[in-house]
Amino acid sequence: MASLDDLKKRIASVKSTQKITKAMKMVAAAKLRRAQESAEKGRPYSEKMNNIILNLSSGISDKENAPKLLSGSGNDKVHLCVVMTSDRGLCGGFNSNIIKKAKSYFAKLVEQGKDLKIITVGSKGNDQLKRAYGDKIIANISFKESKHANYFDAEKVGKMVIEKFQAEEFDVCTIFYNQFKNVITQIPQAQQIIPLNVENSEEDKSEDIYEFEPDEDEILSNLLPKNISTQIFKAMLENSASEQGSRMSAMDNATRNAGEMVDKLTIEYNRSRQAAITKELIEIISGAESL
Amino acid sequence: MSEEFKIEIVNPEKSFLVKEDVSEVVVPAFEGEMGILKDHISIISFLKPGIIKILAKSGDENYYVEDGIVEFKNNNLSILTSTIFNVAVMDKSKQEDLLKQAEEEAKKPEINDQSKYLADQKVEVLKNLN
Repeated sequence: MASLDDLKKRIASVKSTQKITKAMKMVAAAKLRRAQESAEKGRPYSEKMNNIILNLSSGISDKENAPKLLSGSGNDKVHLCVVMTSDRGLCGGFNSNIIKKAKSYFAKLVEQGKDLKIITVGSKGNDQLKRAYGDKIIANISFKESKHANYFDAEKVGKMVIEKFQAEEFDVCTIFYNQFKNVITQIPQAQQIIPLNVENSEEDKSEDIYEFEPDEDEILSNLLPKNISTQIFKAMLENSASEQGSRMSAMDNATRNAGEMVDKLTIEYNRSRQAAITKELIEIISGAESL
Repeated sequence: MSEEFKIEIVNPEKSFLVKEDVSEVVVPAFEGEMGILKDHISIISFLKPGIIKILAKSGDENYYVEDGIVEFKNNNLSILTSTIFNVAVMDKSKQEDLLKQAEEEAKKPEINDQSKYLADQKVEVLKNLN
């Protein structure tokens, strides 16, 4: 059994840990509100963008000559995966969930004999993937300096993806991120952005006839690169809300666990204090008796 | 019947502006400026750098945009853009920053024709603002 002094020190240390986790929870809660707000505000843009593209692609005249970003390069050999994680730890299963999802996808691709290329966004994902897929990672981007997810960062990633596509470095691009459902639930997502999955979206196409100026093909080829950045931006917003939510619930759990531990340690401390007193009494009494 | 329709401008971060009492909007469409009145045919077009003029009952407003997409449908005008500033509240330094950026972009040697054209447009529009 640990000595009284040791127990005392442990109680003090657990208590100060609890203070830290409590503070982190509070910070995460405040940040979560902001992140959630901006995720919600960002939704109309990506939804509208999606709608317009849907309308455009249904109206496109010549499927053969459709922009490559829409129809794909015609091959299905090299897959580029953009894995988006956070730059900071201590947020529960947030990063591991994305990595798990991504790894199972990677394993499937490798099994099918496809080539794999990885871009990691956020340093945590890079750390975790380095070990198993280090040779496949072609770039690591991290936005440690920017406090909030912003569009210019997303555009940087988007431009990079598009450049690589135009240089024919890959055929299919998928992004991995956590979709924010609520504070407790975040769903890891794999979303294919090149070629664009138009049939996949369930929104009903409007029957309206549009006039296009200039023609569909030209608008599409202008719009699709923007859509890539938009999708990445959406993923970043969802991710940052998820990160804060995940951290908040993780820190809530940690605070509760620390409280339980303090209780347990206090009981143990009291017990051993009483045992020490009893032992002393017995010694005194038996000493007196022997006289 | 009123001659007003609804305009909504969205940028990636938020819904930038919603107005219900708009009578006319002039947008800098890629192939030339385009005025949109109520009951215009459904149209999709994209923007080049320029000024969006909104004529509304509650007052006229001008916005500077660098790019974007317009969609008009059922008397709803949606404009999606990544860079937009209200001309009335835009200060000189911001304007000069943008101008400098655009000028630098236009001077890049490896620029392609379309980007060059867009950058030149930016310069021209920004110079004519004041």
